[in-house]
Amino acid sequence: MKQALLTIEENALIAPSVFRMRLSGDAGELRPGQFVNIRIDGLFLRRPISVCDHEDGVLTIIYKVVGKGTEALSRMGRGEKLDVLCGLGNGYDLTVPCSRPMLIGGGVGVPPLYYLAKALTAAGKDVSVVLGFNRAEEIFYEDEFKALGAKVAVTTADGSYGIRGFVTDALPENADYFYACGPEPMLKTLYKRTAVPGEMSFEERMGCGFGACMGCSCKTITGSKRICKEGPVLKKEELLW
Amino acid sequence: MNTSVDLCGITLDNPVIPASGTFGYGCEFAELYDINILGTFSFKGTTREPRFGNPTPRIAECTAGMINAVGLQNPGVEKVITEELPKLKKVFHKPVMANVSGFSVEDYAHTCALLDKQEQVGWLEVNVSCPNVHGGGMSFGTSPEAAAEVTRAVKAVTKKPVIIKLSPNVTDIVSIAKACEEAGADGISLINTLLGMRIDLKTKRPVIANTMGGFSGPAIFPIALRMVYQTAKAVGIPVVGMGGVNNAEDVIEMMLAGASAVQVGAANLVDPFACKRIVEALPEAMEKYGISDLRSVIGAAVR
Repeated sequence: MKQALLTIEENALIAPSVFRMRLSGDAGELRPGQFVNIRIDGLFLRRPISVCDHEDGVLTIIYKVVGKGTEALSRMGRGEKLDVLCGLGNGYDLTVPCSRPMLIGGGVGVPPLYYLAKALTAAGKDVSVVLGFNRAEEIFYEDEFKALGAKVAVTTADGSYGIRGFVTDALPENADYFYACGPEPMLKTLYKRTAVPGEMSFEERMGCGFGACMGCSCKTITGSKRICKEGPVLKKEELLW
Repeated sequence: MNTSVDLCGITLDNPVIPASGTFGYGCEFAELYDINILGTFSFKGTTREPRFGNPTPRIAECTAGMINAVGLQNPGVEKVITEELPKLKKVFHKPVMANVSGFSVEDYAHTCALLDKQEQVGWLEVNVSCPNVHGGGMSFGTSPEAAAEVTRAVKAVTKKPVIIKLSPNVTDIVSIAKACEEAGADGISLINTLLGMRIDLKTKRPVIANTMGGFSGPAIFPIALRMVYQTAKAVGIPVVGMGGVNNAEDVIEMMLAGASAVQVGAANLVDPFACKRIVEALPEAMEKYGISDLRSVIGAAVR
């Protein structure tokens, strides 16, 4: 973990209520699937947000306005500074011996998969991505994933774009591993529908975000784990579902 | 400039003590800074058996604070002794404060007897004030008789100083503190969290799975200060003050109200360097207020 004072370079609306923020400064080493915890003036707790990309000293996060914290964040502008705890959580396991991984993301679960796809395509893997949204106007990052060389399928619940239905209706058949992030009902369906091993990123209300308060513990087959420290990514086989 | 203080016969380099439940068993923070700069720290509330704690969500945000309902998650006293204390020994070379909770008088005595044998443990801080568990914790700290019974049982099994950690969720803090003192307590620490709750307007349900939880953070500082003042005025044993402390000035204010040492809780969770910042700011704050020896301010506003 590293505490950093980062400067906002961009804070742009990329879909309804969804913003992309680019932050410059020394965020240290960040791995795909890790998150950062952002202090916001006037609010007591920090806000944990997943790392969407980190390259050339620029950290990218994508967040949806869902409450006071993200709303305050959305009103900030270029040049303003943020106190950020960086490099939190375990991140996705990039050492898994797979050659055709599928990356499954739903809504604001999509952002961390971008940084992951970047690492996996760079490692020469045949990456498939399935992105699920409610409707066409909510879609973001389809082209960015394509630019990495990944095969991309998009689903919309209302059928207004791509495949009608949910991410689990569009899973590639030849994948040998999965990485996922999204709402819990999506993860549960994915858990039931996939025969291949994999791992998924979880959300929980956090106090500290770095393992001190035990606010975000969950039970797994191997005992209790802190979503912020031993998570947010858990392997399919450790889940008690 | 002298920041050292005495707590039940043990000298602390400074009065700053991270509070139980906000500092784990020390290791997460030892990766961030040298935790030997602290007076000491109070480790995560430990019980006889391992506990997973309450269902999530366990955390809710409030104006100037937070609510937690962790429910004493801990690996149990045996694992604390065989795993956590050896790990701590590598990074922390001062006596640590062992925080203990229980569900019966026998539980408290059993856990304290085991921790009494640990060389690393300087003090036993006996938590009779956890608001997040049923049939234990706070129920022992809300009546003078029950608090005294726990105190006597623990004192019978240890030679180490026993500090009883009290709940603010009572009508008369003084009678409980006095009962503990009469039962042999070597010190009193207060306040634990205030019972509170939040309701989510979207779901129209309590935010915390356990409905209620313990409220902490800067918002509770004036209440904590008042209760430290009332307690310090009434007892002759050292008082450890805590509740909403966030900077060196708060530490001095708590000491003026009668605290011999001061714990810092919720601040550690939002600023992992909070205690380091406070320890480093103390000399400057002392100079600003004309204090050369921190011991001289203890209870200065009480007398």
